[in-house]
Amino acid sequence: MKNSEFNDPFEEARVNQGFGEMDDQNDPVTMLLRHKDVRKGAHDWKTFQSGAVPGRIVIPSEVNIRTTRQIPFEVDPPQHKDFRAILDPWFKRPLEEEYQAKLKEQISALVDEVLAKDSVDVISEFSLKLQSRALTLLLNTPYEEADLWISWGTHVFRSEGEALDGAKAAILYDYIDGRIDEAIAKPGEDLYSVLLNAVVDGKKLTKEEVKGVMILTFAGGRDTVINAVSNSIAYFTEHPKSLDRLRAEPEIRNKAIEELIRYFAPLTQMGRVATTDTAVCEHAIKADTRASLCWASANRDATVFENPNELVLDRKMNPHLSFGFGTHNCLGATHARTIMKIVVEVLTEKVSTMEIVSAEENIEDLGDFKRKVGFHRLQVKFN
Amino acid sequence: MAKITFITSDDETITLEGTSGSVMALAVDNGIKGIDGDCGGVCSCATCHVHVLPEHVSKTGTASEIETDMLELDDDADEFSRLCCQLEITEALDGVVLRVAK
Repeated sequence: MKNSEFNDPFEEARVNQGFGEMDDQNDPVTMLLRHKDVRKGAHDWKTFQSGAVPGRIVIPSEVNIRTTRQIPFEVDPPQHKDFRAILDPWFKRPLEEEYQAKLKEQISALVDEVLAKDSVDVISEFSLKLQSRALTLLLNTPYEEADLWISWGTHVFRSEGEALDGAKAAILYDYIDGRIDEAIAKPGEDLYSVLLNAVVDGKKLTKEEVKGVMILTFAGGRDTVINAVSNSIAYFTEHPKSLDRLRAEPEIRNKAIEELIRYFAPLTQMGRVATTDTAVCEHAIKADTRASLCWASANRDATVFENPNELVLDRKMNPHLSFGFGTHNCLGATHARTIMKIVVEVLTEKVSTMEIVSAEENIEDLGDFKRKVGFHRLQVKFN
Repeated sequence: MAKITFITSDDETITLEGTSGSVMALAVDNGIKGIDGDCGGVCSCATCHVHVLPEHVSKTGTASEIETDMLELDDDADEFSRLCCQLEITEALDGVVLRVAK
């Protein structure tokens, strides 16, 4: 099997019963697998709530390592809407020309860097750096700040072999506390300062609320962006004609990016907590138990996508759920899409071919299912 | 060439001319308020929702199943709803009037 081939472990369960089950630290999860059910579940925030105990909707659960509520991610309407109203304009800044020019400068420099080397580990020497540096633009903080984030490694929450590492999480939380205090002492034009000044429902955001937004911004866009970029590079490496096609036909780039994001589904699933007894595919979900919206499974649903396991570069209709759906759709989607757009742009300008030297897969263990979500290591030579 | 009119949620009326591409792209390029087109037109984000004025429905035709499923979960949707990334600009659209949902 090719390195860039990502199988669909959910097919049988999705077709036959429509749901899957997994345990997670003794707080089991019913996984919704069908496109229609996942979308409905995401839409129905009253039945499937996000505003549960902080950390519980995340899989694996972060209840034991975090008390801060992530905002707006773990808040439901109507309050959720007020938070999104102040955050959305800031998180749409990647659409601005100046932002994209700066991002292009960053990514061009990075591609020049990897071209000059014999081969590089795409995860640690390309995608992690790219993601961290791009985050300085999203936060509007100095570029040099990225060096520290890069030094934290690929996972803010996870270290090798341990799904949940409280000590690692504390590094991030302490760092954010420090930056918030600095922004209070000396306000600037970064996201911390903007949030500290923001008013929701007639009240200024508390330090804890600012921290909740910042944790989300750091954690939500880290593994996901790294996987999206690295997996796409694996694909271009093994399908050199695809890169040539994107070079020759810039008009299909947007479709190609959405398709890469559908196929790789960088975030496998997101949980919810049932507020009432309910059912999915005739399977009972009891009140106060967890369900998950399995984006990765929905994206391969053959009732919606023709040839779902094929990466069709110019797929026209592509109602993928990689950025979620409905009220809680991904806040960082504009930033992520812009990163992908510029990665494709720069690769087509500067790189002729790439070769995989070696690769180590990153397989998620989800109870009955094992899903490849990316790579621990991906050694590539850029030509 | 087709003339396409948008009525935004704050009741501003803007008429644009287009020759090709999608109505969503035309709206985004001209900064029509309420049409974001986040996914670039692959029917994945539902941020280009418009209501076709009833007398113009014959110009736009009907939505595909994927589009209909998408709209089904939109609280503002009605029988005249369309995602305008799925409306290709042709002569047939000339004179159409669309009310922006958001």
